[in-house]
Amino acid sequence: MTTTTAAPAAVSTPVRQRSRFVPRGLAPGRLGAWLVLGLVIVATVFPFYWMVRTSLTPTADLIADSDRLFPTDPTLVNFRRVLGLTTTEEAIAAGGTGASINFLRYTMNSFIFAGSVALTQTLSCAAAAYAFARLTFRGRDGLFVLIIAGLMIPGIFTLLPNFALMRELGLLNTMLALVAPSLLVTPFAIFFLRQFFLSLPRSVEEAAMLDGVGPLGRFWRFALPMSRGPIATMILITFVGMWKEYLWPLVAGNSESTRVLTVGLSVFQQQSPNTRPDWTGLMAGSTLSVIPVLIILIFLGRQLVQSLNFSGGK
Amino acid sequence: MTRLLETSTDHGRRSDGDDGPDGPVATRPARGGRRKEAWAAAILLLPALFGFAVFWIYPTIRGTYYSMTDFNLLREPEFIGLENFRQIASDPQVWSSLRITAVFAIANIVLVMVLALVLAALMQRLNLKTWLRSVLLLPWLVPNVAIALIWGWLLDANVGYLKNLLDSVGIGGVTFYNPKAALWIIVMISVWSGLGYTALLLYAGMLQVPAELYEAGSIDGASETRMFFGITLPLIRPVIALVLVVSFIGSFQVFDLVQVGYGNNPIPEVRVIYYYIYQLAFSFHRMGYASAVSILLVVLLGALTYVQLRIMRANRSDLA
Repeated sequence: MTTTTAAPAAVSTPVRQRSRFVPRGLAPGRLGAWLVLGLVIVATVFPFYWMVRTSLTPTADLIADSDRLFPTDPTLVNFRRVLGLTTTEEAIAAGGTGASINFLRYTMNSFIFAGSVALTQTLSCAAAAYAFARLTFRGRDGLFVLIIAGLMIPGIFTLLPNFALMRELGLLNTMLALVAPSLLVTPFAIFFLRQFFLSLPRSVEEAAMLDGVGPLGRFWRFALPMSRGPIATMILITFVGMWKEYLWPLVAGNSESTRVLTVGLSVFQQQSPNTRPDWTGLMAGSTLSVIPVLIILIFLGRQLVQSLNFSGGK
Repeated sequence: MTRLLETSTDHGRRSDGDDGPDGPVATRPARGGRRKEAWAAAILLLPALFGFAVFWIYPTIRGTYYSMTDFNLLREPEFIGLENFRQIASDPQVWSSLRITAVFAIANIVLVMVLALVLAALMQRLNLKTWLRSVLLLPWLVPNVAIALIWGWLLDANVGYLKNLLDSVGIGGVTFYNPKAALWIIVMISVWSGLGYTALLLYAGMLQVPAELYEAGSIDGASETRMFFGITLPLIRPVIALVLVVSFIGSFQVFDLVQVGYGNNPIPEVRVIYYYIYQLAFSFHRMGYASAVSILLVVLLGALTYVQLRIMRANRSDLA
């Protein structure tokens, strides 16, 4: 980076937000900085653009269009066939293998899986986090440390016995088995929400206590409503995390009725011939897995970014 | 928020022993109230603790037991003592997959960290708008399965757009299934997908640095580069340490990219430790041995994290 020393000006500018430079003019350093940033943004977005572009390309044009930024003859047939909305003959004609692929179902499963875990887990962890932040009881700190230690355990270590457990209970390939391990708790959520409850002013709860409101009432009627923002953020983060989840749904729920989008995509890829992969169909499926997070990003991106500020800044 | 509240955050974990003479009176319930609090705590903790006991503690105990058994899911586990660990010592695949994972983790972390620091400094410098920052978050939100497929297509040996682009500027051989390039391609994909997220975390840390320090720096005529190394970097060290530890643990668990990208077409050069454990358990049905290898991973990660935290002195902030 080049140096643009603007010492006297920097002093006279009012500080609106901590630690932000207040730059003036288009110094060469600033131009270079924008150039690098622009490059990063293009590199970030382009692969997704290419995914969408490919999903809209007829399989017959795949090679001819391989260096074109726009499909010459855009079509939605790839989406129709991966969603199971075409007949087998049509799907084969459009470049599929004809094997049954039902992304409509997988998408629904993903929503049920990610949605139910996000809601239940956040509520359960909020309750626990409140107890850790505000209530006094024996063994509190030890218990908290034990739960946080769970953050250090690589998932595969508990995944193997959890798989054995689900197998013994005869729950493999049910939605219950998919959600069970994460339905009630994850150490990160307890950590994050406890941190937030600690930063909440005590005065409201103290006033409620003087009015005779018990601990449960203080949590449910005061602390919880006051934390709507962070709780919504936690639900969002959990939803995204579950939406991305792959290994557990792969081993515990890889049957047609419980298959989620990520597993569906990988099964689809394995069915597609190695020598000539069904790229248009695969990209249509991938696009389906990106759409929900894209919607989240467009409408709630600000909240997500600010939640990072919260967890990174503390 | 007032300063008072912030300090009460930092010291939130008060001991539950005697009430100090200067403790906030209103928050200390009477003896009966304290018993009521314990009951309330039990109720609030019940769901989470139930889940933790069944799906974290119980499997930890069980996994430890499995590691000392011969277990294939069909028969009852048969206790064989430390035999599995003896076998690990002479299993070249364990060590080669650990080596591959370590190379991946180190390359991934170093690249992400350096690039993310530059990116975060640029964001700070340019005061980047929130919506533009959120664009950088996109790859982090997308399932790795989709990411593996997208890059598999971009680097397709025949008609991959990026592969052809690289070919045309004289960089050949960057195809997804090229055994020599595969590990580096996975590194590159993971750097690409983790960069924005990491940069935003570091940027959040940078926002905490008081502006006065930069003003003082510029009065003294320090260049921006100098201020970055002299002010920003030391002051966000706790955030860097946190990100390092988290991404280290995360990098050692790389799986989706490898399993989806190369599951169809296995290349020994990318067999990371998670993939090997997965194969042991679900392809070869050697649950006992797989558990033993994952215990090795737990111990290794625990030790490395401890060392990292000691080196970085993560719990001490120069900003306090």
